[in-house]
Amino acid sequence: MSDYQYDHQTVKGFIVSSIFWGVVGIVVGLWISIQLWRPELNIPPFFTYGRLRVVHTNGLAFGLGIGAIFGLSYYIVMRLTKRPLLFPKLARFHLYLFNAAIALAAVSLFMGMNQSLEYAELEWPLDIGVVILWVIFAINVFGTIIKRKEEQMYISLWYIIATVIAVAVLYIVNNLSIPAGLFKSYHLYAGVNSANVEWWYGHNAVGFIFTTPILAMFYYFLPKSTGLPIFSHRLSIIAFWSLVFAYLWTGAHHLVYTPLPDWIQTLGIVFTLFLIAPSWGSVVNGYYTVGSDWSKMQTNYLTKFFIMGITFYGLQTVQGPTQAIRVVSSLIHYTDWVPGHVHMGTMGWVTMTTAASIYYVIPKIYNTEIYSIKVANTHFWLVLIGQLMFSITMWITGIQQGALWKAVNPDGSLKYTFMEGLAKNYPFWQLRTVAGLIFTIGMLFFIYNIYMTMRKGKALAASRA
Amino acid sequence: MSGEIYRKPIMFAIVATVVILIGTIVTMFYPMLTPEMHPKLENLKPYTALQLAGKDIYQREGCNNCHTQTVRPLKTEVMRYGEYSKAGEFTYDRPFLWGSKRTGPDLARIGGKYPDAWHYQHFDNQQAFFPESNMPKYGWLKDTRLNPAEIEAHMKANGFPYTKEETSSLSSKSELDALVAYMQVLGTAVAKKPAQVRAVAEEKNPLAEDAKAYQLGEEIYKQNCEACHGQDGKGGIGPSLQDRTWLGKEGDISDSQIFALIADGTQAGMPPYGAQLDKNRIWSLVSYIRHEQQSK
Repeated sequence: MSDYQYDHQTVKGFIVSSIFWGVVGIVVGLWISIQLWRPELNIPPFFTYGRLRVVHTNGLAFGLGIGAIFGLSYYIVMRLTKRPLLFPKLARFHLYLFNAAIALAAVSLFMGMNQSLEYAELEWPLDIGVVILWVIFAINVFGTIIKRKEEQMYISLWYIIATVIAVAVLYIVNNLSIPAGLFKSYHLYAGVNSANVEWWYGHNAVGFIFTTPILAMFYYFLPKSTGLPIFSHRLSIIAFWSLVFAYLWTGAHHLVYTPLPDWIQTLGIVFTLFLIAPSWGSVVNGYYTVGSDWSKMQTNYLTKFFIMGITFYGLQTVQGPTQAIRVVSSLIHYTDWVPGHVHMGTMGWVTMTTAASIYYVIPKIYNTEIYSIKVANTHFWLVLIGQLMFSITMWITGIQQGALWKAVNPDGSLKYTFMEGLAKNYPFWQLRTVAGLIFTIGMLFFIYNIYMTMRKGKALAASRA
Repeated sequence: MSGEIYRKPIMFAIVATVVILIGTIVTMFYPMLTPEMHPKLENLKPYTALQLAGKDIYQREGCNNCHTQTVRPLKTEVMRYGEYSKAGEFTYDRPFLWGSKRTGPDLARIGGKYPDAWHYQHFDNQQAFFPESNMPKYGWLKDTRLNPAEIEAHMKANGFPYTKEETSSLSSKSELDALVAYMQVLGTAVAKKPAQVRAVAEEKNPLAEDAKAYQLGEEIYKQNCEACHGQDGKGGIGPSLQDRTWLGKEGDISDSQIFALIADGTQAGMPPYGAQLDKNRIWSLVSYIRHEQQSK
């Protein structure tokens, strides 16, 4: 055994917390999906669609996503530096503060305290809390890396360092605002400028929360769980630098055909197309890694999670740039296509990769095996089916919406009123709820499996003692 | 590539920061310093205290989750909503409220499209206007009075001009009053152009004697007009269509004038339907209205 001790309690705490907030976020997601076709389920003032949707997005991005990222990054950093965290007590405080912040965030969003900036809805006092959380994370990550016992920094550490830096810059700059009381503020930037700052932030929140830290997990846990080394180190170097360079240019593809100056839109579109290359660098690296022994897909239950996850990442990073092109944007922007796209990334790539990483970590922490591979396989298939059904349904209805909005009669008048277009969404929205339900059941299998593994681990530890 | 950097975390972090900042500076910081990011239309006025209170409620209720506020320069979009959005219309919006999803219609040109009464009734019960609407009800906003002190602080933070009388008078207004006031100012800095009017070739209704046209007209009326003009045109939010005085004149309204009214709308709160209803359907509607007038 090693002579150093990892702080597994904090890692475990973050994982359990993130799963808890994930459940909250998913339940709210199901609720709002039904509200779209059953408006009676809006219960004012706290539980209308307008307030719940931000609880859903924030709960999952910050509660589930960031929670898992904090926990798994700590785990990865400790392993790759071959030492415990430099400040274990600070990390524990980080965990408590994280949960307090997410709880307050949920309450404040139910109350309608909302900056109206997508993925930056939290009001300024909570923003300060988020920055403190991030600084604590940065201190522990950098401190531990600087005092590391392993000279070479592995790929995952590069992605974690880039995440820490980029999120700090993005979050602080976009959340600068003029306070007007404790619960209300106005964006420091106005009009088109406000739009440009927000989507520079918004798209890179996707880049540095839903991409780089998840790639850190992918590069660490795929080789760990399969025993196969990453196919090409050189490819990961090229992919890393070009990804973190290009991402920051692309925000304006969210603002195609808005009053934002054309040159910024065009630049955004061009760099978005370029982003296919570094994204696929990681996809190819993942495929070729498992490609050295495809039988792992059968013999190791985690391999298919990672391969499916990186496949969705690959699809996502081709679909995204396609959407940025002006003619495609004119058809699908503002329609349900876009939530279809987002959910392929979150339900497919992020959740699959994160869940697989947690499947790897929890038995390690408890020094045992996973409770049931069968349950994990059931989880995999339900989540896959739910996700595909969700996204495909949304793509179809999105294209339909876009087409109905554009349709004209032979004399040039509009063919459909807005209401006629809306009413045609209902069957698809109902199907989407069913898809979400299937996905949720899949996630319940996952939670059950993790819970039983932890119980098993505790019982084992007790018997050993 | 030299592998040195992967052994020096501080150097690595510095290089990564520089790489991240290049795109940030070119696409985000640099434009901020140019006047093209700070345009203002001449007609654009800062929000009044009541309007700002309405905008705050719009944000609090998360209306921007379902409604966009930017008309794209696309043909059908301009037909449906009106003139496309200009950069100089949003100078006083902190933040911008363009939205990213159009579950409900765009609101960039909603100001002045309907009379206030329409908004009050629609917020209270959207399904009475559009039976298939999925919008949550917001009539409950009328039960809360505005707080002048709070709105004053908000006006100050935005740097908008206001008077004490203006803000203190708000205590008698409800949140719904504020939201309607906000709706009515949206997009009004750009002059309204009449909807694309189709040339009215005929002076008289070519479908006047057509029984099928009457039936189609009745159907169109129920879908589009009844919510405001009442059953059989007896009036409501909009004037009665039965008494033949709804243009302010008695009895001498020509078929082509009715046609133009439906197609172009009025400044008084009648929305234009010229982009939504083709010529045949508008004439059918005229047939129905004439028939209702004669039968009363």
